[in-house]
Amino acid sequence: MLMRTLNSLAAGLIALVLAAPILVVAGVSVNEKKSLTFPPQGFSLAWYAEVFTDPGWRGALITSLVVATLSAALAVLIAFPLAWFLWRWRAPWARAFEVLGMTPFILPPVITALGFLSFWAAVGEYGSPWTVVVSHAVFFVTLPLVTLSLGFGAVDRSYVEAAATMGADDRTVLRTVVMPLVRPYVISGFAFAFVLSLNEYIVAYMVVGFTLETLPIKIFNALRYGYTPTMAAVTVLFVSLTAVVFGLIAWFGDLPRLLGAWAKND
Amino acid sequence: MIRRAPRGLAEHAPILFPALMLVVFFVIPFSLMIAVSVFRRVPGGFYEPDLVFANYERFLTAFFGGVMSFSLGLAALVAALSVGIAFPFTYRLVKLPRGAQIRWLVFLLSILSLSEVIIGFAWSTLLSRTAGITNLFVALGLMAEPQSLSPSFGALLAGLVYQAFPYTVLVLYPALARLDPYLEEAARTLGSSPLRAFFTVVVPALRNTIVATTIMVFVFALGSYLLPQLLGRPQHWTLSVLITDQAIYQSNMPFAAAMAVFLVLVSLALVGLALLAGRREETA
Repeated sequence: MLMRTLNSLAAGLIALVLAAPILVVAGVSVNEKKSLTFPPQGFSLAWYAEVFTDPGWRGALITSLVVATLSAALAVLIAFPLAWFLWRWRAPWARAFEVLGMTPFILPPVITALGFLSFWAAVGEYGSPWTVVVSHAVFFVTLPLVTLSLGFGAVDRSYVEAAATMGADDRTVLRTVVMPLVRPYVISGFAFAFVLSLNEYIVAYMVVGFTLETLPIKIFNALRYGYTPTMAAVTVLFVSLTAVVFGLIAWFGDLPRLLGAWAKND
Repeated sequence: MIRRAPRGLAEHAPILFPALMLVVFFVIPFSLMIAVSVFRRVPGGFYEPDLVFANYERFLTAFFGGVMSFSLGLAALVAALSVGIAFPFTYRLVKLPRGAQIRWLVFLLSILSLSEVIIGFAWSTLLSRTAGITNLFVALGLMAEPQSLSPSFGALLAGLVYQAFPYTVLVLYPALARLDPYLEEAARTLGSSPLRAFFTVVVPALRNTIVATTIMVFVFALGSYLLPQLLGRPQHWTLSVLITDQAIYQSNMPFAAAMAVFLVLVSLALVGLALLAGRREETA
């Protein structure tokens, strides 16, 4: 009994510490005056409105959303054929590409960022807006690659055998049998890459930091000139968006399974 | 459908695009960075091809040694603290009902994917004089007047552990979720207290997982590049910050690249060790 109380207390404390910085920022974001105080003095949602009305903040928000959507889509386009190929054929050499896809995610991000900086500078595209899309797609390809490998791994091969026996070719099998089964994994891979691209700073900064302002870059630049409640409002919006996306993944997909806990009777 | 080796161009076609993308946009940039590390810096901007090791010689300076040992020490401290808190936490987490587990996972994933900019901003607000936690201490009568707790080493450490904790839980989660529950039940039946069963059965059974996780968190913490700038003082700058600084503000790409190559070697060696430790567990 005592043990259980202590456990709940510890879990509650951890939840509180994890939430505390976000709660304080949420409090700061509704201050009436342009001051950084908590508890907030007065109540105003004007700073949230400013995120959408101020051209600088709105521009950064749109840039971030566009970059995240395009790069997550490209990441899925790279990961899908690779994961399918590894599942469909017996080709041990192709595992090398899977390892390549995992590497940028494991190494400290500054390394990948520096690699892209040297690369885009060498090909004369340093600062072009589209380079950040390609860079993020390659940087985050790990996520759809992992979810899709899980997804293909979970496809019951006897369905595929049945379809093939009845004369379906690879393309038909993929479209009618495999695709519906792996769709949740495609979506969660996209969502993971999308959220992480939205929040990514160093690669974006090194690649297009001087020509394009994504939201994290905008927040960091604004921090140099001191705090504004707008920053807090943007942070709250971002945190909510992130939580909503993961909430949707959990709602439509099997989160414990995606994160690697296989059910006992699996 | 027979799963055999692919033959001919048509069967290889699907892998062409991913392979091309990964080679062009990862292998080439990565190799280029290694090449740049032996290039010669041209005063006033860029660099030209050469084969010099001057950039690597700078590793021998006391300044670099200081930054390096601080980075490694800090990452080790963060890894130890994160695993120390996250292991018992995850152990409890996997025993929760499914719904509660999912709510925790969504919460942890949300924190994990937060930008370092946002974590740094949130923590510096939490530790600030006007909006910070010290106001609460004052209200509770624990402190005379509010004060700023950031930037400081403590603030940096708190921010880093905050960032690393969800990562640690998610790395530990699969291993703990798959741990045979009968193992602990047997210990309990034989008369162990829950605490004793945890330390004498669960921890030893997952020793290699703990080692592998600690190394992964160490590499993760080594990669932090913004928190030292936002929550620490200049003496708390890590290798990642120094690399960014040299590449962007000092326009010394060759030196930045040399340091990055060094960081890659350290990280890869550690990840290799972690994989080895993880594999031992699977065969055991």
